Amino acid sequence: MSDTICAISTALGVGAISIIRLSGPKSIEIVNKIFKGKDLTKVNSHTIHYGFITYEDKIIDEVLVMIMKAPKTYTLEDIVEINCHGSLATVQKILEILLTLGCRLAEGGEFTKRAFLNGRIDLVQAEAVSDLISSTTEASRNLSLKGLTGKLSAIIKELRKDILDVLANIAVNIDYPEYEDAEEITLELLKEKNSKILGKLKDILKTAKDGKIIKDGINVAIVGRPNVGKSSLLNKLIEENKAIVTDIAGTTRDIVEGSITIEGIKFNFIDTAGIRNTQDKVEQIGVIKSKEMINEVDLIICVLNGLEKLTKEDKEILEYIEEKKRIIFVNKNDQKLEIDIKDKDVVYGNTIELSGIDALKEKMIEEFHLNKINTQDFTYVSNARQIALLRQCQKILENIEEQISIQTPVDMLEIDLKKVYDLLGEITGETYKDELLDELFKNFCLGK
Amino acid sequence: MYDIIVVGGGHAGCEAAYAASKMGKKTLLITANIQNIADMPCNPSIGGTAKGIVVREIDALGGIMGKVADKSLLQIKMLNSKKGPAVRSLRAQADKKVYPQKMLEVLQANKNLEIKEAMVEDLIIEDKKIKGVILASKEEILGTCVILTTGTYLKAQILVGSEKTPGGPHGEKESKNLSDNLRNLGFEIQRLKTGTPPRIDKNSVDLTKLEEEKGDDRYYTFSFDDAPVYDIDKQESCYLVYTNSKTHEIINNNLEKSSMYGGYVEGVGPRYCPSIEDKIVRFKDKERHQLFFEPETILNDEWYLQGFSTSMPRDVQIEMVHSLRGFENAKILKNAYAIEYDAINPLQLKNSLETKVIENLFTAGQINGTSGYEEAACQGLMAGINAVLKIDNKKPLVLKRNEAYIGVLIDDLVTKGTKEPYRLLTSRAEYRLILRGDNADLRLRKYGYEVGLINEEQYQRLITKETAIKELTNKLLTTNLKINEETKNIFTKAGLEIPSRSESLAKLLKRPEINIDFLKSFLEMDYSPLVLEQVEIAIKYEGYIEKTNKEVEKLLALESKQIPEDIDYNLVRNLASEARSKLMAIRPATIAQATRISGVNPADIAVLTVYLKKEYGKNE
Repeated sequence: MSDTICAISTALGVGAISIIRLSGPKSIEIVNKIFKGKDLTKVNSHTIHYGFITYEDKIIDEVLVMIMKAPKTYTLEDIVEINCHGSLATVQKILEILLTLGCRLAEGGEFTKRAFLNGRIDLVQAEAVSDLISSTTEASRNLSLKGLTGKLSAIIKELRKDILDVLANIAVNIDYPEYEDAEEITLELLKEKNSKILGKLKDILKTAKDGKIIKDGINVAIVGRPNVGKSSLLNKLIEENKAIVTDIAGTTRDIVEGSITIEGIKFNFIDTAGIRNTQDKVEQIGVIKSKEMINEVDLIICVLNGLEKLTKEDKEILEYIEEKKRIIFVNKNDQKLEIDIKDKDVVYGNTIELSGIDALKEKMIEEFHLNKINTQDFTYVSNARQIALLRQCQKILENIEEQISIQTPVDMLEIDLKKVYDLLGEITGETYKDELLDELFKNFCLGK
Repeated sequence: MYDIIVVGGGHAGCEAAYAASKMGKKTLLITANIQNIADMPCNPSIGGTAKGIVVREIDALGGIMGKVADKSLLQIKMLNSKKGPAVRSLRAQADKKVYPQKMLEVLQANKNLEIKEAMVEDLIIEDKKIKGVILASKEEILGTCVILTTGTYLKAQILVGSEKTPGGPHGEKESKNLSDNLRNLGFEIQRLKTGTPPRIDKNSVDLTKLEEEKGDDRYYTFSFDDAPVYDIDKQESCYLVYTNSKTHEIINNNLEKSSMYGGYVEGVGPRYCPSIEDKIVRFKDKERHQLFFEPETILNDEWYLQGFSTSMPRDVQIEMVHSLRGFENAKILKNAYAIEYDAINPLQLKNSLETKVIENLFTAGQINGTSGYEEAACQGLMAGINAVLKIDNKKPLVLKRNEAYIGVLIDDLVTKGTKEPYRLLTSRAEYRLILRGDNADLRLRKYGYEVGLINEEQYQRLITKETAIKELTNKLLTTNLKINEETKNIFTKAGLEIPSRSESLAKLLKRPEINIDFLKSFLEMDYSPLVLEQVEIAIKYEGYIEKTNKEVEKLLALESKQIPEDIDYNLVRNLASEARSKLMAIRPATIAQATRISGVNPADIAVLTVYLKKEYGKNE
């Protein structure tokens, strides 16, 4: 077996720990690329190591990694198992990274198949293996078909059609260079078409985010100076919904203070220490921590005291969160407001009379265009395999853009575009190979 | 008693007979008319997109099409010269009278080859093994291997409007019984159709009203061995002309009279080669269609009207031609016609082109469902080579999809079959970046040498070229550009940006604005233009070539997994029923080939792999 495969080997959504398993010659090398801790290429076989999965300078998860070197493993190949602690989303993210780094997603029953092909399972078991392969592929085929009915599949098919048109056109330019019936796809024209395709792909990837939102909810941080009313706002929001406030003291990790559901979408409130300029060392750590948090969450509600003019600290906070999705909540509007804020996206209210709370919730929904997400229609890209494939497509399309700028011939870029076409076909399960020729003969008038 | 009998003297038959005899086998070529050997009954050209690369591949392997074309060309062009190197392809207008003469000379110079005029009507078979052929005269000729290259002659029928006349392209007699006999032997026979446009007296056309299309102003040859023998300034011109609303009106008014729309045609025609009435029906919005007016030979004034293939009756054809600008008084010398013929189902072939039905029987060319002289010739060559290897008890020469367009063509035929006459297209080759016309010798000469079609001298030339390429590549990788006043001046003079820091010449060459000739200012390069070209392509497109090579690696891993010929697919549990029946019909030779069969899914491949390991694992 030449390639390295990987898969989430624990049942999705069950249990607190998920395991990602890799098998193949590059398992250790690949995991080592994203593992912060010991150099895994140098550790002994059958050992466990603590560390972090990091990617592009960001910590993804705290993990335990188990290294098992060939041949004393299930598949008789190098196997690495990553025990992840994070949410499902984190596990999928790690899987996605592994796929980007050159792993291939394992097919149904493939670990067992490898075990057999490498001689670990005896011949008597062979039929069972073959049964397993066909049943698991059938199951996953059903699953992916289910996951892909409706909108998403239609959107990807449409995108493939766009690409196919360009491919067929280029093919005609190549095979019938003297025929003027087909427009010549020049680099300029390809640039235009490529950027349209890339735009559409990015739109699809955005739904990947929506898919995650549906599954895992939106993480919200309420920030502001101390004593501006953060806690009471949080309490009111949660109280309103009769949600349980969880309070796990004594940990330094981010904690969900409580969750509420608005129009079917879950919002998780993350605890943050008050942001404040401080010389105090202990407090400083809290500040840094909450700044980190701000980068992680999906939405920030910044609470300001309406009775005061904006302070230096307020301005710094506002500046810090400028690039993020944020809602400004000016508190204490039951009294005379002194605040001098000019921002358009401001919600005024107070936690005493509960005024402005509904407006705030409306705004939260609005921020994510959640009215556009149909939570009953799970046709959003949500699994790691699909996302990884889409990301791969995005990378290739971006590379085409680059290549156009250095004048690489169109007929070479066609090779890249074809790859995108094939990858998208893997998502929708369409692998019919002769589409291009059919298209070519259907749309262009050629011949002697 | 012959070693090899080749039936049919078209492009496939000529290559097969040449290869077999050149490889030392006593060979007999049977043709209906020796004067029509290597006939070009349709367009007067050799090469074209993808096809030009095939001609080079034939030459690299030691075939003859390229060399004969070089000796008989009227005009030559490098198509797609402004595009990337992978899609460039030569096309020559070849003289229809000279080409067959030159071909006959090459064949007759071969002492192992005998040519006989006759019609073959039946085969002698014993125990599913071919023993020889039976002529129309009932004469029996024995041979160890037989190669059928019957072209369009099996039950051929010419159609002009509602007229149907049995016979081949030049009023030759068709082969009446051979296809029925093949059917009785177990071959599936399909009916195909193709067509050809009218031939027109050049003197009756006002060429000044047409746009002139000249040949390229630099020298080219198909062959890797011969120098050009034509004069660049004496190439014949072709002309461009368009249909117009009047032409379209005539066609629309007479549609029912055409063989095609009148319902007289049974055969399936090629989509890439539609008749003019097809184009007008299918593309109603097009105001005009391009046509090319091309010389067929310098020996007479019969010209070819490319793009105007039709099955209309004669009187309508005259009206149609006269509607074209410059053709108002044109004289039609030969009417356009459609031709129907029988072909076998290529799924019944092994990838050596030996039939699965009868041992030692090979087929090549249109009988296998292809179209085109080049497609035919390359199959003929492979069938010839493999028939000899079969007799010598050697493994067949099977070119892979990453090695040659020839490999793509044969693999497509024997894996996917074809329902229409098959034409090679660039887009059929997934590894086209490494299947270029310029590197056909580097890809294939070694095989030609191994089978004995390439001689020692030719082979040594290849080795010299390969060494030079390596040497120059190395020099470019290791020589750094020194940035000083002198070199800066060279850049400024050429209007190029001066590099900000010293880098290797190879890196420099990757820039789009820099070509290898420019680098001569910094490094002495005493190499032939062909070596320079190879090195330039390899360096400039390194990234894409690497991508292709990665894909090739995946392919080769699967190609190396052989499927035993005696496998019983009924014993493979869990195969989907469609996959099972396809696998049983096609009997792929490798796992890679199995993956290319439509309807065979990855799960089927996995199941099959497990089964092979279980049943045959010990032999691995």
